[in-house]
Amino acid sequence: MNYENEEFFAPGHGMCAGCAAPIIVKWVLKLAGPNTIVVNATGCLEVATTPYPRTAWRVPWLHVAFENAAAAASGVEAAAKAMGEKVNIIAFGGDGGTADIGFQALSGMVERGHNVLYVLYDNEAYMNTGIQRSGATPWGAWTTTSKVGKANPIGKMRPKKPIARIIAAHNAAYVATANPAIFNDFKKKVQKALNTEGARFLHVLSSCTTGWRHDPSKTVEIMRLATDTGLFPLYEIENGDIENMRITYKPKQFKPVEEYLKMQGRFRHLLKNPEYVKKLQDDIDAWWAKYGHHYQK
Amino acid sequence: MDVITRGGVITDPGNSVENKTGSWRVFKPVINYEMCIRCMICWQFCPEPAILKHEDEEIKKSTPAPKDALKRLPVVEIDYDYCKGCGICANECPVKAIDFVMEER
Amino acid sequence: MTRVMLRGNESIAYAFKLARVKVVPAYPITPSTLVPEKISEFIANGEMDAEFVPVESEHSAISAAVGASAKGVRVGTATASQGLALMHEVLFIASGMRLPIVMGIGNRALSAPINIWCDHQDMMSARDAGWLQFYAESNQEGLDLGIMAFKIAEDERVLLPVMVGLDAFVLTHTVEPVEMPEQGDVDEFLGEFKPKYVTLDPKKPATLGAFAFPEHYMEFKFGQWVAMERSKKVIDEVFEEFERKFGRRYRKVTPEFMDDAEIAIVTMGSMSGTAREFVKRMRSQGKKVGLVKITTFRPFPKEELLEVLRGVKVVAVMERNISFGFGGAVYGELGATFNNLAEKPKILDFIVGLGGRDITFKTFQSVYEIAEKALSEDVDEVNWIDVNKEAVYKAEGLL
Repeated sequence: MNYENEEFFAPGHGMCAGCAAPIIVKWVLKLAGPNTIVVNATGCLEVATTPYPRTAWRVPWLHVAFENAAAAASGVEAAAKAMGEKVNIIAFGGDGGTADIGFQALSGMVERGHNVLYVLYDNEAYMNTGIQRSGATPWGAWTTTSKVGKANPIGKMRPKKPIARIIAAHNAAYVATANPAIFNDFKKKVQKALNTEGARFLHVLSSCTTGWRHDPSKTVEIMRLATDTGLFPLYEIENGDIENMRITYKPKQFKPVEEYLKMQGRFRHLLKNPEYVKKLQDDIDAWWAKYGHHYQK
Repeated sequence: MDVITRGGVITDPGNSVENKTGSWRVFKPVINYEMCIRCMICWQFCPEPAILKHEDEEIKKSTPAPKDALKRLPVVEIDYDYCKGCGICANECPVKAIDFVMEER
Repeated sequence: MTRVMLRGNESIAYAFKLARVKVVPAYPITPSTLVPEKISEFIANGEMDAEFVPVESEHSAISAAVGASAKGVRVGTATASQGLALMHEVLFIASGMRLPIVMGIGNRALSAPINIWCDHQDMMSARDAGWLQFYAESNQEGLDLGIMAFKIAEDERVLLPVMVGLDAFVLTHTVEPVEMPEQGDVDEFLGEFKPKYVTLDPKKPATLGAFAFPEHYMEFKFGQWVAMERSKKVIDEVFEEFERKFGRRYRKVTPEFMDDAEIAIVTMGSMSGTAREFVKRMRSQGKKVGLVKITTFRPFPKEELLEVLRGVKVVAVMERNISFGFGGAVYGELGATFNNLAEKPKILDFIVGLGGRDITFKTFQSVYEIAEKALSEDVDEVNWIDVNKEAVYKAEGLL
């Protein structure tokens, strides 16, 4: 059955105008269809979509806490198995609930091989509490806990946690990075993840207009640049085979990282010093020099 | 649904439609059907979702289009009850068929 | 019904098996490790049709329990001490979501210093989490309360999770003779599991665990209060039905030798056995002392305690927990129970047996002496028994 014309995520939710997370959620649900149970970590998506007595969800939905979506999903899956029920179990979590505070539960879920699709919508900081740095915040980003000032002109001084590769190293059945702005690749990966048995993990980039500091209309354009500059590469890894990671999308022509940076307030300070821009560009170039051969048309 | 349910469950799926988030709008997207090529990109990216996709033959035919051949494709319509006016649709439209104008109330 | 030899942990595991629990998420922790081990063994041998989820932490154990219960199956788990403390956050969620999960606890002291032996601090620290709390005196009680816990938790008037505490090592690791109910009888007693709450069902999509504003939050909490109050009657009904079917009588509060007692010793858990023998001895010496055993700490059995303690002059509360800056939990609640009555006994608190320190006749003798003294003069309200106070005073710079 094709459910692409149906909406399982209803309008009237309270996500910010221009937030990318609902784009991801609505498409994952369209592709999964109604035989689905969603488990949601605490975060913007949970808070803004279920203010009692209203819900945006037209599929069964469970929220337990911040750090345990993967564990709760493990329990749902075990119960479904015990009941002999075949159902898509999909967990959604932000970067905090997934890569930081929820990391242990996720690691356990994937190691145990639960038949769950975990979708990380990565907006690269703790946005629900008001833009605090996370393990997924990239180098050089301003946040309210990686502030920029005289003594720290950079902002976050550590690189982004490579969560997709870390989860892949657990021998997850399917792991991919995806970007809804690169829509066909994103859609294909969601479908592939849905059609794979076992623990699956999608690391999906998700712009936050308030945290990234950009005009709401630029959400998709900026996310597209994240991949077209080479900064957020799109790849997939099956059964933990990191050596044979497949890069699934390569821009015809890489755009300079500056184009991505200059559209977002969180990076504005970097543009004052060409060395910072160069460092980021060099990091991107180094990544592609090292892994570029994994690209397969 | 009763005012209070046991355990705070919500048994009316998708009842968020009762929140008319169109009131959030400052700018308003307006589709210029004479230019719209019905590519569905706006529908694809709308985060609410507040862009409706009409498959009805009558609507397909009766809605203006830049070329007659396009009239076999579905028609998009903005649902102003929910559109928050983010402007992603206008920004992403490949033929600039969506104007983004100040909301007047 | 057959008589078998069981350790306390096995009582819990057998209760789960007899209740046909479908999902057991658990993480090993001394002294309750044998519960998940036994469940794993039952499943491996094909004796139990359930999913065991070998989670990576207690936090995930209770989270998975919430997930499985929300999906609509009977769920059991077990933990102790630090494990229960790690679960703390989710305990409130399980009760707030009104999920009838049953959890066996091997009652153990909390760090620091790390200590694996018995006291009740772990469950007492979770007393406000909205779970029913039962304390077993023996492995038979562990098994019986374990089975009854499901019937009480799942009752439409209740829908709250239940903890069944068994004292670390004294029960969890000690082999005792236990009457094992027949599977058919337990099936009849519990009935087939049909969730009387909204579950995660794609045919009837519902949102579980929504966000509540001040406009609604308090009503949900009041709902839990109402459910806990209603559980009092349900507990009595289930205890009665259990007695009719299996012949063993349970009460929220069990009085013994209380008819003309001037002094009542209040206990919970395994110390009740020693207390009983002590009271018998004192009775043989003509002392007017009785025993009051509390089985259900949540809901707190106010009415029953008022009834059995009527006319008593001194109540000695034996307490395996301490709230620093106040005293023991049972003492505090018992005191509040009598708060608005004109006639009330002297209520004394005795902190005993923390971190597995033995509770012996000598302990009860010390307690009794203070209680007897209190019949005629004032004594300290909170008394630490069997403690080397001098050494502590020296360490604290007081001597």
